[in-house]
Amino acid sequence: MLHTVNKSSFERNTLQSCLNSIDDTSVILLIEDGVISATNNSKSSMLADLASQGRVYALQGDLDARGISSKVADNVKLVDYAGFVDLVVEHGTTVSWV
Amino acid sequence: MSTKKFMYLNRKAPYGTVYALESLEVVLIAAAFEQDVSLAFIDDGVYQITEGQNTDGIGMKNFSKTYHALGDYDINKLYVSAESLEERGLTEDDLMPLVYEDEDDDWEEKPSIKIVSNAELSKIMSDQDVCLSF
Repeated sequence: MLHTVNKSSFERNTLQSCLNSIDDTSVILLIEDGVISATNNSKSSMLADLASQGRVYALQGDLDARGISSKVADNVKLVDYAGFVDLVVEHGTTVSWV
Repeated sequence: MSTKKFMYLNRKAPYGTVYALESLEVVLIAAAFEQDVSLAFIDDGVYQITEGQNTDGIGMKNFSKTYHALGDYDINKLYVSAESLEERGLTEDDLMPLVYEDEDDDWEEKPSIKIVSNAELSKIMSDQDVCLSF
C-alpha cells in the first residue's frame, strides 16, 4: 500500500498515526507540509528505519517550495508528480492521511 | 489616528495552508494604516522565510519575495524563535537576508531579522497592544 502524509509532524500527529498503522511492505510518500518530515530535524528518528529500507519518498516540488531541498535526510527518495503517479500504480491501494 | 503595537504570530509553513499568505496580506494592510508592526515566526512559521524557495514544481505563486518588501513599509521587527529553528535543523543562514534602510542612521541597510529565545519573545509579546495569530 501507498500512504501519503501531507501534514508537518511538528504540528499534527498524522505521520505518527500513519506509522502506527502500516504493514511491513507499505511505503510512505510525504507531500505538501508533510515534506518537513523528510528533512534532518529533531523528529528525524521517526522515519529513519523506514527510510533505510527504501520505503520513504518525498515530493521534490514541495521541498523546493519550502526552501528545504538541501536538508533532506539520508535514504529518503525524491519523486516528481510523474513519480507520484508511478507509486500509486505500483502500490495499488492508496491511503491519504489528511 | 492613534498608533498601536501590532504583533503577527506566524506559526504555519507556507503553501500547505493559506495562513502564511493571508498573514502577509493583513500585515501589509496594517502597515498601510501606519501602525507599529512586528512579526514573529515560531513553530513551522520559520519555513515562511527560508532562503531559496522555488514553487515551479507545485504550480503555486512564490510569495517569499514579498517579505523583502516589508522593510519599505517600515516593518523591520521580524523575530524568529531560536528554539523553533533548532528543532527543525535550521539556522539563521537558512533564512532570507531581510533588511531595511534606517532613516535615523543615514539610510544604512540593517537586518530586519532578529533571532530570539521563546522567553525573550514572550516579553516582546506582552508589550503589544494586539497579537494576531496565523
